[in-house]
Amino acid sequence: MTLPRTIKQASELIKSKEISPVELTKSFLEKIDSNDKKLNSFITVLHDKALESAKEAESQIVKGNYKGPLHGMPIGLKDIFVMKDVRATCGSKMLENFVSPYNATVTNKLLDAGVVILGKNNMDEFAMGSSNETSYFGTVKNPWDLERVPGGSSGGSASATAANLCIASLGTDTGGSIRQPGALCGIVGMKPTYGRVSRYGMIAFASSLDQAGPITKTVEDAAIILNVISGDDPLDSTSVDMPAPDYTKSLTGDIKGLKIGIPKEYFIDGMDKEVEQATNKAISHLESLGAEIIEISLPHTSYAVSTYYIIAPCEASSNLARYDGVRYTYRSPDVKTLNDLFVKSRTEGFGDEVKRRIMIGTYALSSGYYDAYYLKAQKVRTLIRKDFDDAFEKVDVIAAATSPETAFKIGEKTGDPIKMYLSDVLTIPCNIAGIPGISVPCGFSSNGLPIGLQILGKHFDEETILKVAHAYEQQNKWFEQNPEF
Amino acid sequence: MKISKKDVINTAELARLEFSDEQVEKFTSQLGNILEYIEDLNELDTKKIKPTSYGLEISTPLREDEVNQTITVEEALQNAPQSEDGFFVVPKVIED
Repeated sequence: MTLPRTIKQASELIKSKEISPVELTKSFLEKIDSNDKKLNSFITVLHDKALESAKEAESQIVKGNYKGPLHGMPIGLKDIFVMKDVRATCGSKMLENFVSPYNATVTNKLLDAGVVILGKNNMDEFAMGSSNETSYFGTVKNPWDLERVPGGSSGGSASATAANLCIASLGTDTGGSIRQPGALCGIVGMKPTYGRVSRYGMIAFASSLDQAGPITKTVEDAAIILNVISGDDPLDSTSVDMPAPDYTKSLTGDIKGLKIGIPKEYFIDGMDKEVEQATNKAISHLESLGAEIIEISLPHTSYAVSTYYIIAPCEASSNLARYDGVRYTYRSPDVKTLNDLFVKSRTEGFGDEVKRRIMIGTYALSSGYYDAYYLKAQKVRTLIRKDFDDAFEKVDVIAAATSPETAFKIGEKTGDPIKMYLSDVLTIPCNIAGIPGISVPCGFSSNGLPIGLQILGKHFDEETILKVAHAYEQQNKWFEQNPEF
Repeated sequence: MKISKKDVINTAELARLEFSDEQVEKFTSQLGNILEYIEDLNELDTKKIKPTSYGLEISTPLREDEVNQTITVEEALQNAPQSEDGFFVVPKVIED
Protein backbone atom coordinates (compact mmCIF):
# COMPACT_ATOMS: atom_id res chain seq x y z
CA MET A 1 0.00 0.00 0.00
CA THR A 2 1.22 3.51 -0.80
CA LEU A 3 0.76 5.48 2.38
CA PRO A 4 -1.24 8.69 2.13
CA ARG A 5 0.93 11.74 2.83
CA THR A 6 -1.60 14.34 3.87
CA ILE A 7 -4.43 14.58 6.38
CA LYS A 8 -6.68 15.49 3.48
CA GLN A 9 -5.88 12.28 1.55
CA ALA A 10 -5.87 9.99 4.57
CA SER A 11 -9.10 11.35 6.02
CA GLU A 12 -10.87 10.84 2.70
CA LEU A 13 -9.70 7.22 2.64
CA ILE A 14 -10.94 6.73 6.20
CA LYS A 15 -14.24 8.48 5.61
CA SER A 16 -14.96 6.40 2.51
CA LYS A 17 -13.85 3.29 4.51
CA GLU A 18 -11.23 2.43 1.88
CA ILE A 19 -8.75 2.11 4.70
CA SER A 20 -9.34 1.55 8.40
CA PRO A 21 -7.61 3.56 11.10
CA VAL A 22 -6.03 0.34 12.41
CA GLU A 23 -4.54 -0.53 9.00
CA LEU A 24 -3.31 3.02 8.60
CA THR A 25 -1.69 3.10 12.04
CA LYS A 26 -0.08 -0.33 11.57
CA SER A 27 1.42 0.78 8.26
CA PHE A 28 2.90 3.92 9.81
CA LEU A 29 4.29 2.00 12.79
CA GLU A 30 5.92 -0.49 10.41
CA LYS A 31 7.38 2.36 8.42
CA ILE A 32 8.82 3.90 11.59
CA ASP A 33 10.25 0.53 12.67
CA SER A 34 11.98 -0.05 9.36
CA ASN A 35 13.09 3.52 8.55
CA ASP A 36 13.68 5.51 11.70
CA LYS A 37 17.06 3.93 12.38
CA LYS A 38 18.29 6.13 9.54
CA LEU A 39 16.62 9.33 10.73
CA ASN A 40 16.39 9.07 14.55
CA SER A 41 13.27 11.24 14.42
CA PHE A 42 11.41 9.55 17.30
CA ILE A 43 12.54 9.29 20.92
CA THR A 44 9.59 7.12 21.96
CA VAL A 45 7.32 5.07 19.67
CA LEU A 46 3.94 4.24 21.21
CA HIS A 47 3.21 0.92 19.49
CA ASP A 48 0.53 -0.29 21.93
CA LYS A 49 -1.10 3.03 22.73
CA ALA A 50 -1.29 4.00 19.06
CA LEU A 51 -2.98 0.74 18.13
CA GLU A 52 -5.39 1.14 21.04
CA SER A 53 -6.35 4.65 19.84
CA ALA A 54 -6.69 3.38 16.27
CA LYS A 55 -9.04 0.60 17.40
CA GLU A 56 -11.10 3.12 19.36
CA ALA A 57 -11.25 5.43 16.33
CA GLU A 58 -12.28 2.52 14.15
CA SER A 59 -15.13 1.44 16.42
CA GLN A 60 -16.34 5.05 16.72
CA ILE A 61 -16.33 5.53 12.96
CA VAL A 62 -18.11 2.21 12.38
CA LYS A 63 -20.78 3.38 14.83
CA GLY A 64 -21.19 6.52 12.76
CA ASN A 65 -19.45 8.87 15.22
CA TYR A 66 -17.03 10.41 12.73
CA LYS A 67 -15.38 13.33 14.53
CA GLY A 68 -13.81 15.11 11.56
CA PRO A 69 -10.65 15.18 9.46
CA LEU A 70 -8.29 14.31 12.31
CA HIS A 71 -10.20 11.19 13.33
CA GLY A 72 -7.81 8.24 13.03
CA MET A 73 -4.89 10.40 11.81
CA PRO A 74 -1.48 9.03 12.84
CA ILE A 75 0.59 11.97 14.02
CA GLY A 76 3.73 12.67 16.04
CA LEU A 77 4.16 14.95 19.04
CA LYS A 78 7.39 16.79 19.72
CA ASP A 79 8.73 15.36 22.98
CA ILE A 80 8.14 18.73 24.67
CA PHE A 81 4.37 18.09 25.02
CA VAL A 82 3.33 15.91 27.92
CA MET A 83 0.97 12.99 27.52
CA LYS A 84 -0.41 11.04 30.47
CA ASP A 85 1.52 7.85 31.32
CA VAL A 86 4.03 8.50 28.53
CA ARG A 87 7.65 9.57 28.90
CA ALA A 88 8.36 13.23 28.09
CA THR A 89 12.11 13.80 27.83
CA CYS A 90 12.34 17.21 26.15
CA GLY A 91 15.47 15.79 24.52
CA SER A 92 17.32 15.83 27.85
CA LYS A 93 19.01 13.35 30.16
CA MET A 94 17.41 15.44 32.92
CA LEU A 95 13.96 14.07 31.99
CA GLU A 96 15.08 10.74 30.55
CA ASN A 97 12.77 8.81 32.86
CA PHE A 98 10.01 11.38 33.43
CA VAL A 99 6.57 9.88 32.87
CA SER A 100 3.87 12.53 32.78
CA PRO A 101 0.94 12.23 35.20
CA TYR A 102 -1.21 14.52 33.01
CA ASN A 103 -1.96 15.64 29.46
CA ALA A 104 -1.00 18.95 27.90
CA THR A 105 -4.04 20.93 26.73
CA VAL A 106 -3.03 20.40 23.09
CA THR A 107 -2.62 16.66 23.74
CA ASN A 108 -6.17 16.59 25.11
CA LYS A 109 -7.52 18.57 22.18
CA LEU A 110 -5.85 16.31 19.62
CA LEU A 111 -7.00 13.15 21.39
CA ASP A 112 -10.55 14.52 21.62
CA ALA A 113 -10.44 15.07 17.85
CA GLY A 114 -9.61 11.38 17.47
CA VAL A 115 -5.93 11.46 16.47
CA VAL A 116 -3.64 8.50 16.93
CA ILE A 117 -0.38 9.58 18.55
CA LEU A 118 2.37 7.41 17.06
CA GLY A 119 5.11 8.65 19.32
CA LYS A 120 7.24 11.48 20.62
CA ASN A 121 9.54 13.23 18.17
CA ASN A 122 13.20 13.95 18.80
CA MET A 123 14.21 17.59 19.43
CA ASP A 124 17.07 19.78 20.55
CA GLU A 125 17.54 19.57 24.32
CA PHE A 126 14.88 21.80 25.94
CA ALA A 127 14.24 23.18 22.42
CA MET A 128 17.61 24.99 22.49
CA GLY A 129 19.20 24.55 19.11
CA SER A 130 18.75 25.09 15.39
CA SER A 131 19.99 21.74 14.08
CA ASN A 132 18.73 19.00 16.38
CA GLU A 133 22.32 18.22 17.34
CA THR A 134 21.89 19.10 21.03
CA SER A 135 19.47 16.24 21.76
CA TYR A 136 20.64 13.81 24.45
CA PHE A 137 19.06 11.12 22.25
CA GLY A 138 21.28 11.84 19.25
CA THR A 139 21.27 13.95 16.12
CA VAL A 140 18.30 13.73 13.75
CA LYS A 141 19.04 13.34 10.04
CA ASN A 142 17.46 15.24 7.17
CA PRO A 143 15.64 12.79 4.86
CA TRP A 144 16.74 14.84 1.79
CA ASP A 145 20.39 14.22 2.68
CA LEU A 146 21.32 12.03 5.63
CA GLU A 147 24.59 13.91 6.15
CA ARG A 148 22.69 17.11 6.84
CA VAL A 149 20.70 18.49 9.77
CA PRO A 150 16.90 18.75 9.66
CA GLY A 151 17.02 22.11 11.44
CA GLY A 152 15.77 22.62 14.96
CA SER A 153 14.57 22.56 17.50
CA SER A 154 11.54 20.64 16.15
CA GLY A 155 13.92 18.64 13.93
CA GLY A 156 12.43 15.23 14.73
CA SER A 157 8.92 16.45 13.95
CA ALA A 158 10.06 17.94 10.62
CA SER A 159 12.21 14.98 9.58
CA ALA A 160 9.49 12.42 10.45
CA THR A 161 6.79 14.44 8.65
CA ALA A 162 8.92 15.00 5.52
CA ALA A 163 9.82 11.29 5.40
CA ASN A 164 6.15 10.43 6.01
CA LEU A 165 6.82 8.43 9.16
CA CYS A 166 3.80 10.34 10.43
CA ILE A 167 1.11 12.28 8.58
CA ALA A 168 1.93 15.42 10.54
CA SER A 169 3.45 16.48 13.83
CA LEU A 170 3.02 19.15 16.45
CA GLY A 171 6.08 21.30 17.16
CA THR A 172 6.99 24.41 19.14
CA ASP A 173 8.57 27.64 17.96
CA THR A 174 10.46 30.01 20.28
CA GLY A 175 12.78 31.63 17.72
CA GLY A 176 12.00 29.68 14.54
CA SER A 177 11.91 26.08 15.81
CA ILE A 178 8.91 25.13 13.64
CA ARG A 179 9.50 27.28 10.56
CA GLN A 180 13.26 26.76 10.12
CA PRO A 181 13.12 22.90 10.23
CA GLY A 182 10.00 23.14 8.06
CA ALA A 183 12.04 25.03 5.45
CA LEU A 184 15.08 22.75 5.73
CA CYS A 185 12.94 19.59 5.36
CA GLY A 186 10.68 20.89 2.56
CA ILE A 187 7.39 20.94 4.45
CA VAL A 188 4.95 23.41 6.00
CA GLY A 189 5.61 24.76 9.49
CA MET A 190 3.38 27.26 11.21
CA LYS A 191 3.79 29.37 14.34
CA PRO A 192 0.47 30.88 15.43
CA THR A 193 0.15 34.21 17.22
CA TYR A 194 1.50 34.12 20.78
CA GLY A 195 -1.50 33.25 22.95
CA ARG A 196 -3.48 31.52 20.19
CA VAL A 197 -2.58 28.02 21.43
CA SER A 198 -2.35 26.96 25.07
CA ARG A 199 1.12 26.35 26.50
CA TYR A 200 -0.18 24.24 29.39
CA GLY A 201 1.75 20.97 29.46
CA MET A 202 4.32 22.21 26.98
CA ILE A 203 7.66 22.15 28.76
CA ALA A 204 8.73 25.78 29.13
CA PHE A 205 11.82 27.29 27.50
CA ALA A 206 11.20 31.04 27.11
CA SER A 207 7.67 31.70 28.28
CA SER A 208 7.09 35.03 26.52
CA LEU A 209 8.12 33.54 23.15
CA ASP A 210 7.12 29.83 23.13
CA GLN A 211 4.19 28.82 20.94
CA ALA A 212 2.95 25.46 19.62
CA GLY A 213 2.03 24.87 16.00
CA PRO A 214 1.51 22.33 13.22
CA ILE A 215 4.18 20.72 11.02
CA THR A 216 2.50 19.30 7.91
CA LYS A 217 2.94 18.63 4.21
CA THR A 218 0.32 21.12 3.06
CA VAL A 219 -1.14 24.43 4.21
CA GLU A 220 -4.61 22.90 4.33
CA ASP A 221 -3.37 20.26 6.79
CA ALA A 222 -1.89 23.03 8.95
CA ALA A 223 -5.27 24.79 8.95
CA ILE A 224 -7.03 21.56 9.95
CA ILE A 225 -4.71 21.07 12.93
CA LEU A 226 -4.86 24.74 13.92
CA ASN A 227 -8.67 24.47 13.99
CA VAL A 228 -8.35 21.84 16.71
CA ILE A 229 -5.50 23.16 18.86
CA SER A 230 -6.28 26.88 19.03
CA GLY A 231 -8.39 28.56 21.69
CA ASP A 232 -8.40 30.03 25.16
CA ASP A 233 -7.35 27.82 28.07
CA PRO A 234 -8.00 28.68 31.73
CA LEU A 235 -4.82 26.70 32.54
CA ASP A 236 -2.62 29.13 30.57
CA SER A 237 -3.03 32.73 31.67
CA THR A 238 -1.35 33.99 28.49
CA SER A 239 -3.72 32.19 26.14
CA VAL A 240 -6.08 34.69 24.61
CA ASP A 241 -9.84 34.63 24.76
CA MET A 242 -10.63 35.35 21.16
CA PRO A 243 -12.88 33.33 18.89
CA ALA A 244 -10.91 31.14 16.48
CA PRO A 245 -12.39 30.95 12.98
CA ASP A 246 -12.51 27.87 10.73
CA TYR A 247 -9.09 28.32 9.15
CA THR A 248 -9.82 26.04 6.19
CA LYS A 249 -12.40 28.61 5.00
CA SER A 250 -9.68 31.15 4.24
CA LEU A 251 -7.99 28.82 1.72
CA THR A 252 -9.72 30.27 -1.32
CA GLY A 253 -6.72 30.55 -3.64
CA ASP A 254 -7.68 34.16 -4.27
CA ILE A 255 -5.07 36.71 -3.23
CA LYS A 256 -5.97 39.40 -5.76
CA GLY A 257 -5.40 42.88 -4.38
CA LEU A 258 -3.67 41.68 -1.20
CA LYS A 259 -0.72 43.84 -0.26
CA ILE A 260 2.45 41.85 0.38
CA GLY A 261 5.40 43.65 1.98
CA ILE A 262 8.96 42.62 1.13
CA PRO A 263 11.35 43.75 3.89
CA LYS A 264 14.67 44.72 2.37
CA GLU A 265 16.44 43.88 5.66
CA TYR A 266 15.57 40.19 5.17
CA PHE A 267 17.93 39.93 2.20
CA ILE A 268 20.97 39.72 4.44
CA ASP A 269 24.67 39.67 3.61
CA GLY A 270 25.98 36.18 3.22
CA MET A 271 22.60 34.78 2.24
CA ASP A 272 22.71 31.69 -0.01
CA LYS A 273 22.26 32.91 -3.60
CA GLU A 274 19.94 30.07 -4.48
CA VAL A 275 17.72 30.85 -1.48
CA GLU A 276 17.63 34.48 -2.56
CA GLN A 277 16.68 33.50 -6.12
CA ALA A 278 13.97 31.09 -4.99
CA THR A 279 12.53 33.75 -2.66
CA ASN A 280 12.46 36.35 -5.44
CA LYS A 281 10.85 33.88 -7.80
CA ALA A 282 8.17 33.05 -5.25
CA ILE A 283 7.48 36.76 -4.72
CA SER A 284 7.07 37.25 -8.48
CA HIS A 285 4.72 34.33 -8.47
CA LEU A 286 2.59 35.92 -5.75
CA GLU A 287 2.51 39.06 -7.87
CA SER A 288 1.35 37.09 -10.91
CA LEU A 289 -1.51 35.78 -8.76
CA GLY A 290 -2.72 39.35 -8.39
CA ALA A 291 -1.07 40.43 -5.13
CA GLU A 292 0.46 43.87 -4.89
CA ILE A 293 4.16 43.70 -3.96
CA ILE A 294 5.42 46.60 -1.85
CA GLU A 295 8.96 47.09 -0.63
CA ILE A 296 9.00 47.84 3.09
CA SER A 297 11.54 48.39 5.83
CA LEU A 298 11.76 46.73 9.24
CA PRO A 299 14.66 48.86 10.43
CA HIS A 300 15.48 47.03 13.68
CA THR A 301 15.71 43.55 12.15
CA SER A 302 19.46 43.28 12.64
CA TYR A 303 19.02 43.72 16.41
CA ALA A 304 16.58 40.82 16.76
CA VAL A 305 19.15 38.06 17.31
CA SER A 306 20.84 40.01 20.12
CA THR A 307 17.50 40.82 21.70
CA TYR A 308 16.51 37.17 21.51
CA TYR A 309 19.79 35.92 22.96
CA ILE A 310 19.17 38.02 26.06
CA ILE A 311 15.42 37.48 26.53
CA ALA A 312 15.32 33.74 25.80
CA PRO A 313 18.27 32.73 28.01
CA CYS A 314 17.03 34.95 30.87
CA GLU A 315 13.61 33.31 30.79
CA ALA A 316 15.21 29.89 30.34
CA SER A 317 17.55 30.29 33.29
CA SER A 318 14.52 31.02 35.44
CA ASN A 319 12.31 28.28 33.94
CA LEU A 320 15.03 25.65 34.19
CA ALA A 321 15.71 26.37 37.86
CA ARG A 322 12.98 23.79 38.57
CA TYR A 323 15.27 20.96 37.45
CA ASP A 324 16.92 20.48 40.81
CA GLY A 325 17.17 16.70 41.20
CA VAL A 326 14.59 16.68 44.02
CA ARG A 327 11.17 15.87 42.60
CA TYR A 328 10.94 14.39 39.13
CA THR A 329 14.25 14.70 37.34
CA TYR A 330 17.58 12.98 37.04
CA ARG A 331 19.35 12.83 40.42
CA SER A 332 23.10 12.38 40.69
CA PRO A 333 23.79 9.15 42.59
CA ASP A 334 26.83 10.52 44.36
CA VAL A 335 25.77 13.35 46.70
CA LYS A 336 26.34 14.16 50.34
CA THR A 337 24.66 17.53 50.89
CA LEU A 338 21.54 19.18 49.49
CA ASN A 339 23.61 21.74 47.56
CA ASP A 340 25.66 18.86 46.15
CA LEU A 341 22.43 17.29 44.98
CA PHE A 342 21.41 20.45 43.10
CA VAL A 343 24.82 21.10 41.57
CA LYS A 344 25.72 17.54 40.57
CA SER A 345 22.26 16.66 39.24
CA ARG A 346 22.15 19.80 37.08
CA THR A 347 25.77 19.50 35.95
CA GLU A 348 25.30 15.85 34.92
CA GLY A 349 21.71 16.23 33.65
CA PHE A 350 22.07 19.21 31.28
CA GLY A 351 24.04 19.30 28.02
CA ASP A 352 26.42 22.08 27.00
CA GLU A 353 24.03 24.27 24.96
CA VAL A 354 21.50 24.30 27.80
CA LYS A 355 24.27 25.19 30.24
CA ARG A 356 25.46 28.00 27.97
CA ARG A 357 21.99 29.53 27.90
CA ILE A 358 21.46 29.12 31.64
CA MET A 359 24.82 30.84 32.16
CA ILE A 360 24.02 33.76 29.83
CA GLY A 361 20.62 34.18 31.47
CA THR A 362 21.91 33.94 35.02
CA TYR A 363 24.69 36.40 34.25
CA ALA A 364 22.37 38.88 32.51
CA LEU A 365 19.87 38.77 35.38
CA SER A 366 22.45 38.88 38.17
CA SER A 367 22.79 41.86 40.43
CA GLY A 368 24.00 44.98 38.61
CA TYR A 369 23.44 43.68 35.07
CA TYR A 370 19.63 43.58 34.79
CA ASP A 371 19.29 47.09 33.31
CA ALA A 372 22.17 46.65 30.89
CA TYR A 373 20.86 43.40 29.45
CA TYR A 374 17.31 42.28 30.18
CA LEU A 375 15.69 45.71 30.44
CA LYS A 376 17.64 46.93 27.41
CA ALA A 377 16.48 43.89 25.40
CA GLN A 378 12.87 44.47 26.43
CA LYS A 379 13.11 48.04 25.19
CA VAL A 380 14.52 46.94 21.86
CA ARG A 381 11.69 44.44 21.77
CA THR A 382 9.33 47.42 21.76
CA LEU A 383 11.17 48.85 18.74
CA ILE A 384 11.06 45.55 16.82
CA ARG A 385 7.37 45.20 17.52
CA LYS A 386 6.75 48.75 16.38
CA ASP A 387 8.54 48.01 13.09
CA PHE A 388 5.89 45.37 12.40
CA ASP A 389 3.00 47.58 13.59
CA ASP A 390 4.13 50.31 11.20
CA ALA A 391 4.59 47.86 8.32
CA PHE A 392 1.15 46.33 8.82
CA GLU A 393 -0.43 49.73 8.37
CA LYS A 394 0.71 49.52 4.75
CA VAL A 395 0.58 45.80 3.95
CA ASP A 396 -1.55 42.75 4.76
CA VAL A 397 1.30 40.25 5.09
CA ILE A 398 5.08 40.18 4.83
CA ALA A 399 7.01 37.69 2.68
CA ALA A 400 10.68 36.72 2.94
CA ALA A 401 12.96 33.69 3.12
CA THR A 402 12.54 31.45 6.18
CA SER A 403 16.19 30.50 6.54
CA PRO A 404 19.13 32.29 4.88
CA GLU A 405 20.52 28.92 3.77
CA THR A 406 19.52 25.33 3.01
CA ALA A 407 20.22 22.42 5.38
CA PHE A 408 23.84 22.48 6.55
CA LYS A 409 26.13 19.53 7.26
CA ILE A 410 25.98 17.77 10.61
CA GLY A 411 28.81 19.14 12.78
CA GLU A 412 29.30 22.23 10.60
CA LYS A 413 28.28 24.77 13.24
CA THR A 414 28.50 22.95 16.57
CA GLY A 415 31.83 24.56 17.47
CA ASP A 416 30.59 28.13 17.08
CA PRO A 417 27.43 29.06 19.04
CA ILE A 418 26.98 32.45 17.34
CA LYS A 419 27.12 30.91 13.86
CA MET A 420 24.41 28.49 14.98
CA TYR A 421 22.32 31.31 16.51
CA LEU A 422 22.41 33.20 13.19
CA SER A 423 20.53 30.31 11.53
CA ASP A 424 17.40 31.89 13.03
CA VAL A 425 18.08 35.47 11.99
CA LEU A 426 14.98 35.61 9.75
CA THR A 427 12.59 33.74 12.05
CA ILE A 428 13.37 35.36 15.43
CA PRO A 429 11.72 38.80 14.86
CA CYS A 430 8.30 37.14 14.50
CA ASN A 431 8.54 35.58 17.99
CA ILE A 432 9.78 38.82 19.51
CA ALA A 433 6.73 40.64 18.11
CA GLY A 434 4.37 37.74 18.91
CA ILE A 435 2.93 37.67 15.37
CA PRO A 436 2.03 34.52 13.39
CA GLY A 437 4.31 33.10 10.68
CA ILE A 438 4.34 30.17 8.29
CA SER A 439 7.01 28.55 6.15
CA VAL A 440 5.91 26.92 2.89
CA PRO A 441 8.21 25.11 0.41
CA CYS A 442 9.30 27.30 -2.53
CA GLY A 443 11.74 25.14 -4.45
CA PHE A 444 15.03 23.29 -4.26
CA SER A 445 18.71 24.18 -4.54
CA SER A 446 20.86 22.72 -7.31
CA ASN A 447 22.00 19.99 -4.91
CA GLY A 448 18.41 18.98 -4.19
CA LEU A 449 17.83 20.66 -0.82
CA PRO A 450 14.47 22.29 0.00
CA ILE A 451 14.00 26.05 0.38
CA GLY A 452 11.22 27.72 2.38
CA LEU A 453 9.22 30.91 1.88
CA GLN A 454 8.08 32.67 5.05
CA ILE A 455 4.82 34.61 5.33
CA LEU A 456 4.28 36.78 8.41
CA GLY A 457 0.96 38.31 9.43
CA LYS A 458 -0.75 40.61 11.88
CA HIS A 459 -1.52 39.48 15.42
CA PHE A 460 -4.36 36.90 15.27
CA ASP A 461 -4.59 37.10 11.49
CA GLU A 462 -3.54 33.51 10.80
CA GLU A 463 -6.22 33.41 8.11
CA THR A 464 -4.42 35.75 5.73
CA ILE A 465 -1.02 34.06 6.00
CA LEU A 466 -2.67 30.67 5.45
CA LYS A 467 -4.52 32.09 2.46
CA VAL A 468 -1.35 33.45 0.84
CA ALA A 469 0.74 30.34 1.60
CA HIS A 470 -2.01 28.11 0.24
CA ALA A 471 -2.47 30.13 -2.96
CA TYR A 472 1.27 29.91 -3.65
CA GLU A 473 1.44 26.22 -2.77
CA GLN A 474 -1.45 25.19 -5.01
CA GLN A 475 0.18 26.85 -8.02
CA ASN A 476 3.57 25.24 -7.47
CA LYS A 477 2.86 21.98 -5.65
CA TRP A 478 6.39 21.47 -4.33
CA PHE A 479 4.81 19.15 -1.76
CA GLU A 480 4.40 16.52 -4.47
CA GLN A 481 8.17 15.92 -4.34
CA ASN A 482 9.18 13.47 -1.66
CA PRO A 483 12.59 12.62 -0.25
CA GLU A 484 14.13 9.23 -0.96
CA PHE A 485 16.45 8.10 1.79
CA MET B 1 31.79 44.33 29.17
CA LYS B 2 34.31 41.53 29.11
CA ILE B 3 33.47 38.44 31.13
CA SER B 4 36.27 37.00 33.27
CA LYS B 5 36.93 33.47 34.45
CA LYS B 6 35.95 34.66 37.92
CA ASP B 7 32.58 35.90 36.55
CA VAL B 8 32.01 32.52 34.95
CA ILE B 9 32.77 30.67 38.17
CA ASN B 10 30.50 33.00 40.20
CA THR B 11 27.68 32.72 37.69
CA ALA B 12 27.99 28.93 37.67
CA GLU B 13 27.63 28.95 41.43
CA LEU B 14 24.44 31.03 41.18
CA ALA B 15 23.07 28.66 38.52
CA ARG B 16 24.05 25.58 40.54
CA LEU B 17 26.37 24.30 37.84
CA GLU B 18 29.94 23.11 38.10
CA PHE B 19 32.67 23.27 35.45
CA SER B 20 36.14 21.77 35.17
CA ASP B 21 39.04 24.18 34.59
CA GLU B 22 38.99 23.29 30.92
CA GLN B 23 35.25 24.01 30.66
CA VAL B 24 35.67 27.32 32.50
CA GLU B 25 38.17 28.33 29.80
CA LYS B 26 35.78 27.29 27.04
CA PHE B 27 32.72 28.97 28.58
CA THR B 28 34.66 32.18 29.34
CA SER B 29 35.60 32.45 25.70
CA GLN B 30 32.19 31.45 24.31
CA LEU B 31 30.15 33.60 26.72
CA GLY B 32 32.58 36.45 26.05
CA ASN B 33 31.88 36.18 22.33
CA ILE B 34 28.12 36.07 22.86
CA LEU B 35 28.17 39.09 25.20
CA GLU B 36 30.33 40.94 22.71
CA TYR B 37 27.89 40.09 19.92
CA ILE B 38 24.86 41.41 21.81
CA GLU B 39 26.60 44.70 22.56
CA ASP B 40 25.22 46.02 19.26
CA LEU B 41 22.05 46.87 21.22
CA ASN B 42 23.98 49.73 22.81
CA GLU B 43 23.95 51.52 19.45
CA LEU B 44 20.25 52.18 20.05
CA ASP B 45 19.06 55.06 22.19
CA THR B 46 16.28 53.54 24.28
CA LYS B 47 16.04 56.12 27.08
CA LYS B 48 12.48 57.06 26.19
CA ILE B 49 11.32 53.60 25.11
CA LYS B 50 9.04 51.54 27.32
CA PRO B 51 9.98 47.87 27.79
CA THR B 52 7.84 45.11 26.29
CA SER B 53 7.36 41.84 28.18
CA TYR B 54 5.10 40.13 25.66
CA GLY B 55 4.58 40.60 21.94
CA LEU B 56 0.99 41.68 22.60
CA GLU B 57 -0.85 43.27 25.47
CA ILE B 58 -2.08 40.63 27.85
CA SER B 59 -4.28 41.32 30.83
CA THR B 60 -4.28 39.03 33.80
CA PRO B 61 -7.42 36.89 33.71
CA LEU B 62 -9.14 36.40 37.04
CA ARG B 63 -11.12 33.39 38.23
CA GLU B 64 -12.82 32.16 41.38
CA ASP B 65 -10.42 30.68 43.91
CA GLU B 66 -11.75 27.15 44.02
CA VAL B 67 -10.16 23.97 45.30
CA ASN B 68 -9.66 21.49 42.46
CA GLN B 69 -8.08 18.07 42.31
CA THR B 70 -5.22 18.20 39.84
CA ILE B 71 -2.97 15.23 40.49
CA THR B 72 -2.83 12.92 43.52
CA VAL B 73 0.08 12.67 45.96
CA GLU B 74 0.93 9.27 44.46
CA GLU B 75 1.05 10.75 40.96
CA ALA B 76 3.14 13.67 42.17
CA LEU B 77 5.62 11.20 43.65
CA GLN B 78 5.70 8.73 40.78
CA ASN B 79 8.76 10.36 39.21
CA ALA B 80 10.57 11.10 42.49
CA PRO B 81 14.16 9.85 42.54
CA GLN B 82 13.60 9.02 46.23
CA SER B 83 10.46 9.30 48.35
CA GLU B 84 9.10 8.09 51.66
CA ASP B 85 5.69 8.38 53.40
CA GLY B 86 4.38 10.87 50.84
CA PHE B 87 7.48 13.07 50.90
CA PHE B 88 10.46 13.70 48.61
CA VAL B 89 13.65 12.58 50.32
CA VAL B 90 16.81 14.74 50.13
CA PRO B 91 20.12 14.65 52.02
CA LYS B 92 19.88 15.91 55.58
CA VAL B 93 19.97 19.71 55.78
CA ILE B 94 20.12 20.27 59.56
CA GLU B 95 22.96 18.75 61.54
CA ASP B 96 22.15 16.63 64.65
